[in-house]
Amino acid sequence: MMDRTTYKFEPLWKIRLRLFARSFRKNWGLFWESRIGPLGLFIILGFALFMAAHPILMSTIWDPKVYDPIMGFDPKLVGQHPAPPSWAHPLGTDPIGRDILSQLMWSTRSEFALGITAAVITVTIGTLIGSVCAYFGGLIDMFFMRLADLVMLFPFFALLIVMQSIIPMDLFKLALIMGGLGGFGAITIVLKSQALTVKVKPYIEAAKVAGGGAFHIIRNHIIPNILPISFLYMMFNVTSAIFSEAALSFFGLLDIRMSWGIMLNTAQDAGYLGAFGYYWWLWAPPGAAITLLCFAFYLVGRGLDEIVNPRLRKR
Amino acid sequence: MALLDVGHLTMHYTTKMGDVHAVDDVSFEIDAGEAIGLVGESGCGKTSVAMSLMKLLPDNARILGGKIVFDGLDLVPLPEDEVRKIRWKGISMVFQAAMNSLNPVYRVGDQIIEAIQQHLPLSIEEARAKVAKLYTLVGMDPKLMDRYPHEYSGGMKQRAVIAMALACDPKMIIADEPTTALDVIVQDRILHRIDEIRKELNMAMMYISHDIAVIAEVSDVIGVMYAGRLVELADTVTIFKRPVHPYTIALMSAFPSIKGEKRPLVHLPGEPPDLLNPPQGCRFHPRCRYATAVCQEQVPQYRELEPGHYVACWNPQRKGGVDARA
Amino acid sequence: MPGRELLGVEGLTKYFPVKKRLFLSRARSFIHAVDDVTFTVHEGEIFGLVGESGCGKTTTGKLLVKLYEPTCGSIHLDGQDVIQIRRGARLREFRRRVQMIFQDPYESLNPRMTIFDIVAEPLAVQGVRSLVEREERVADMLSKVGLTPPETFMFRYPHELSGGQRQRVAIARAMVLGPEFVVADEPTSMLDVSIRAGVMKLLLELREVLNVSYLYITHDLAVARYMCDRLAVMYLGKVVEVGPTEEVIQEPLHPYTRALIAAVPVPDPTYRREPVEIKGDISAPIDPPSYCRFLPRCPIGDVTCESSPHPSLKEVRAGHFVACHRL
Repeated sequence: MMDRTTYKFEPLWKIRLRLFARSFRKNWGLFWESRIGPLGLFIILGFALFMAAHPILMSTIWDPKVYDPIMGFDPKLVGQHPAPPSWAHPLGTDPIGRDILSQLMWSTRSEFALGITAAVITVTIGTLIGSVCAYFGGLIDMFFMRLADLVMLFPFFALLIVMQSIIPMDLFKLALIMGGLGGFGAITIVLKSQALTVKVKPYIEAAKVAGGGAFHIIRNHIIPNILPISFLYMMFNVTSAIFSEAALSFFGLLDIRMSWGIMLNTAQDAGYLGAFGYYWWLWAPPGAAITLLCFAFYLVGRGLDEIVNPRLRKR
Repeated sequence: MALLDVGHLTMHYTTKMGDVHAVDDVSFEIDAGEAIGLVGESGCGKTSVAMSLMKLLPDNARILGGKIVFDGLDLVPLPEDEVRKIRWKGISMVFQAAMNSLNPVYRVGDQIIEAIQQHLPLSIEEARAKVAKLYTLVGMDPKLMDRYPHEYSGGMKQRAVIAMALACDPKMIIADEPTTALDVIVQDRILHRIDEIRKELNMAMMYISHDIAVIAEVSDVIGVMYAGRLVELADTVTIFKRPVHPYTIALMSAFPSIKGEKRPLVHLPGEPPDLLNPPQGCRFHPRCRYATAVCQEQVPQYRELEPGHYVACWNPQRKGGVDARA
Repeated sequence: MPGRELLGVEGLTKYFPVKKRLFLSRARSFIHAVDDVTFTVHEGEIFGLVGESGCGKTTTGKLLVKLYEPTCGSIHLDGQDVIQIRRGARLREFRRRVQMIFQDPYESLNPRMTIFDIVAEPLAVQGVRSLVEREERVADMLSKVGLTPPETFMFRYPHELSGGQRQRVAIARAMVLGPEFVVADEPTSMLDVSIRAGVMKLLLELREVLNVSYLYITHDLAVARYMCDRLAVMYLGKVVEVGPTEEVIQEPLHPYTRALIAAVPVPDPTYRREPVEIKGDISAPIDPPSYCRFLPRCPIGDVTCESSPHPSLKEVRAGHFVACHRL
């Protein structure tokens, strides 16, 4: 035996942090070059600032009695509601006298919370089930694949309508249900097919020969290799969660105090949506906000796509 | 006059990271009916040379200089539609992994007929007769032409692709690793067939491979490439018995043989250079045990050491034979 | 040189069912990937398994490391029945003693793991908790496989290394647990000539340093000549000839071995090879007939071969076995 050399090592966490920073920098570079990715990110950041500005405005220049998004009422304009945009109300007021801009800003927070919670739940479930199905195959795989078919074919909306009549649906419950349903749906199939391409790689066999069990292989080899795809799908799922919330709120199916969907619902309930072109400030701001935020997450997803799928990259 | 005269050919790929010096200052000649073997390791530019000769280059490739004179006509300045007339009829090519290029939904014979009709004014019947003749030539039953690719074995697909390359009676054929994916027994048959066809049709050939044993069997002349440059060129026996370039010597010493004395294998330390940023001077100098100061600074000239034996090296090793280092 | 018997394989058989498109059809076909294979590997020996693609050599290797379970037959490691090992501490012990090196250095390393994580994985899985110990053992192993200084390689990713360096990493991963027996599945076939010789020399060197035996799987007889002490030639799931490497290569006895060796190109332009006397193409061993598998292509086969079962291995010379009725 040759004499043992002793090596001096830096602490492992420091090295890992540096490696992470380096890969982050590299991927950030690619993301930046995609152009559309950073554009989406800027829009999202804009919404975040928009959201953060609300409490500041409320505690400084906006009178809570007038500007509260749910309980507010502007007594100076009695009889004129819904009032068109003015200096006091840059986006006008709704039929019961609340400030539209304030509602819009306040709702941003719940949209973010809902979209991101639902997407994280969806992707977590999808990633776990997808990799477990791919690794084990057989009955487990068959069960979850048929379940996915069921979830995809099931009238999702009708289910939510029924469910909200049994349990009052607040934002958090909605996020859980949408996230859960999404997770057992199409995304498991997509992530399973990704996991299958990983499963046949020789490094999986090498890990088995080293003595790694199913849990080890799924955690250390399959999941890390499908995680980029999962993350990509997460961005697209935020979009679909926000859309679904808007649609459900619009039909008045949710027990939510205020959201962009509710704003549209208020306008509809009071009969203003029919008079197209007149009371535009009732529907245009929430409509634009929904579209823009969904668009932004979609753009970020496309930007990530260029990192995850190198074939899309330009030379 | 030589059939093909390549002089100072230089071809780079433009990438985001910079220029890849894939082919630099490569010169050689092929006479009618002669077989040249181009040998080198992966990424040494041997396929890029072939693609330049065919002018089948991707968009980011640029021929920066040199000439490719085929049958008295320089292909470098020639526009694409003129070059297309020479491809297939003049120079034809069997690509690496070409057997996977057969379209699975059409009969193999029909694919060859279609290719023939694009180049020759033949009727379907005449073309079918031609394909039948080609099948016999490559050693296959002409009845097989009405089968689909999945009914062919790997060796049969490779023969079909060779038949396709021979369809327009080319004066020269370029074969790029045509047997690499095949088992030795199938490879042996294909090599024999290629050799017979070449002699029968008096066709020139450029055979590209990383396997010096295969090259030894099929070539009259061998060119050794390293990092985008031709480093040594001579007739087959000279290259094997009296190589002078240190890289050629190293390649011979690293190659195991099933015959002859079992001498220890010598491995060449280091890795081939990155062609984005090739070393100054001789590209082999960082791995060369005979390197001197001049090797690091100046590119060795590709010169004729003795009649027919070309080398690009500042310190050619004349003692010959294989490297005896253990 | 041969020491005690380390690995004994007897009657090893693996059938894979062939999926039939016709549903309702109960008749199942089987690919006889490995059929009644028997051999032994001695301590410190390199035993070669050669043959064309589809001959069952890789399946045999994977059976030995328990990536597949055999249909029947037995494998003994040091007298201990390997097939009975299912899980728990005994399986972990088996994994420590028997390892595998894979063919493709580009696909056998997880692209999202650093070299340290790759080589330390067997240690982590085998329960080496101490980080310091793992770091030291990985660094030690990397320097043994020629990746020096190890600190410069440990925290890089596979894509930052060349093919030869990656294969060295794969070798380090296989060797880090100190195995006694390693299945090397075409470890050099994807590498360039100048790099290949280095990896071959490393494997030979590690045999001495780490006292390990190999099953060396290759399609390249020239490589086998340099690597192996003894050689088994496989054809469609059957071993047709076993013997000392030089003897098998220079004086092959089985008609298939003769054809295989005659077909290998020689890097010497003055050498004239013998003609390859073999008919037809290799077929897949799906429900093969009971007579000699090689008979349809055999240049010397006759009617007696057709009426007899597949020949068993007979000792023709000392330590040189051939499965042929005509010898």
